[in-house]
Amino acid sequence: MSSDHTRADETDSIDDTDEPLLQVRDLEKYYPITGGLLKKQIGEVKAVDGVSFDVRRGETFAIVGESGCGKTTLGKTIARLHAPTGGSIRFDGRDISALSERDLKPVRREIQVVYQDPTSSLNPRKRIKDIVAEPLVVHDIGTKAERRERVAELLERVDLPEDFLYRYPNELSGGQKQRVAIARALTLNPSLLVLDEPTSALDVSVQAKVIALLEELQAELDLSYLMITHDLSLTKNIADRIGVMYLGKLMEKAPAETLFDAPQNPYTEQLLSAIPIVEESEAAFKPERISIRGETPDPSDPPSGCPFHPRCHRAVDDCSRVEPELVDVGTDHVSRCLLHDEDESEM
Amino acid sequence: MSAIENWYHSESMENRKESARRIAYRFRQNPLSLVGLGIIVGLVFIAIFAPYIARHPQDAGYMGEPAVDFANRFAEPSLAHPFGTDQAGRDILSRVIFGTRYSLALGLFVLTFAIGIGVPVGLVAGYVGGFTGQVLMRITDIFLSVPPLVLALAVAVPLQPSLRNAMIAIAVVWWPWYARLVYGEVISVREEQFVEASRGIGASRIRIMFREILPNVLAPITVKFSLDMGYAILIGASLGFLGLGAQPPTPEWGTMIAEGRAYLPAQWWYSTFPGVAIFIAVLGFNLLGDGLRDVLDVEVD
Repeated sequence: MSSDHTRADETDSIDDTDEPLLQVRDLEKYYPITGGLLKKQIGEVKAVDGVSFDVRRGETFAIVGESGCGKTTLGKTIARLHAPTGGSIRFDGRDISALSERDLKPVRREIQVVYQDPTSSLNPRKRIKDIVAEPLVVHDIGTKAERRERVAELLERVDLPEDFLYRYPNELSGGQKQRVAIARALTLNPSLLVLDEPTSALDVSVQAKVIALLEELQAELDLSYLMITHDLSLTKNIADRIGVMYLGKLMEKAPAETLFDAPQNPYTEQLLSAIPIVEESEAAFKPERISIRGETPDPSDPPSGCPFHPRCHRAVDDCSRVEPELVDVGTDHVSRCLLHDEDESEM
Repeated sequence: MSAIENWYHSESMENRKESARRIAYRFRQNPLSLVGLGIIVGLVFIAIFAPYIARHPQDAGYMGEPAVDFANRFAEPSLAHPFGTDQAGRDILSRVIFGTRYSLALGLFVLTFAIGIGVPVGLVAGYVGGFTGQVLMRITDIFLSVPPLVLALAVAVPLQPSLRNAMIAIAVVWWPWYARLVYGEVISVREEQFVEASRGIGASRIRIMFREILPNVLAPITVKFSLDMGYAILIGASLGFLGLGAQPPTPEWGTMIAEGRAYLPAQWWYSTFPGVAIFIAVLGFNLLGDGLRDVLDVEVD
């Protein structure tokens, strides 16, 4: 047991073979709030506030949090659909956080996004074949015949029949559309997929199939996933490591098993206790039910001290005054809570 | 069968046809839009085959200057001249038939120009936004703040009066309407996730505007195009009537009405029949446009 709770240090020694595919350090995405006639800045929303984590090659890293916690902004900033306002994003050894749109173009071949709602993410005026082939056209890859072949191959990969090629998105079901979106994301052979709630717009019966497909593709194509979800139970089987996010900050980060078996942060405890029990066997791993109180606070006016203290079942007086740091609480396990320091002093 | 062989023989081609059938059915449900379509098809047919339909094409200036036949001037409507003849003995029916060509050409030119300028302006203003968008839309607003006919008059007056210059004058005042229409549509479409997805693929702004967004705003442009054809023809005829458009003896409807005005009410047929032609053309395009608007389920203006 590490009794010495030092500030978590993520500056991993960079090794040629073990260097993580993605290294996010102190990433910030602040949005200005403007008001008045002159649009003066009167505040800011810290949608992503100093987030650091790695995605290793071939692994699935999940970001879990309630709606409004900044997880989608985090994913889109990493995919450079937004420009970060601070921190760094190293992808494959190269900082991509400040690249111009032109310099990003080759990076976009490597990082692709699968969006939450496939109805909105597929252009209703384009046929499936054109949607899936678009990345090839944009990057000027292959002849017409080669593109057709690639598109047909991709549809097969995501288990869609060939005649879907000529259909429009509105002729497909939600699950089928999401498969098309996945096929489009795979067109350029990326190494990292940002999966932004890839199943939450789908029927429950379809969710499992899409997750199974994603796992299969990961194994076959050597993909790394950054999965963003509000559903902690979804991550249990698919994620290797999990980061729990609250109001723009990482609250806890641990290997999936550790997080489920021995969560250290009160927020993670609450999220875990909110997972409905489906099988008897699961009950054993579940902490006692702790109900989450209240709503997520307004991100433009976050609570003082620990952002979670107004809803925390373990909050003490200091929580509203002192902002906790992320500290090491185990192997590859960090958590942000004042109580970690108190545990230490009790020992 | 391979995917490529399937390309055009798939089940979904059936779906295509099916949805086309559905649109056609909804269109047919509205008899007035069918009337409109019939009128437009008729006008286009008349315009194309005018030399074969008109009994006296030379009276309309076909292959040369309009012929004169003073012996026959101001003949009342009869079997030989169903719409009568004018002060130079020219067959008015033949001239009205040829007038279709001028009016359709004017409408097509004006709207092609208006769409060619207005749509890109609206796309850029809506998608790129920012300072560029503000400047473009403020320029558009300035044009929109003056009634089109008045503005067209202001543009036409300093130019030599001719059909060509009338077309230019109307085209110059027409594009802002398309800019504003497209701008409003783009504002809503650009928030769709597929636009962001396209950016995530690495697509350029030009590509996103013209290949992703434009196909989603074609329906309102089509409807407005149809409704505007009638209006453009009307304004073209107005300029002709005021002497700022086509000059006599061009068989342009507005010009003919202006010429015939001097002979009212005795030679009533001179002005009346070109007027009826304008009425029918404007009505046809409006009915068609209304029908399209209902079928495509879009709002314009």
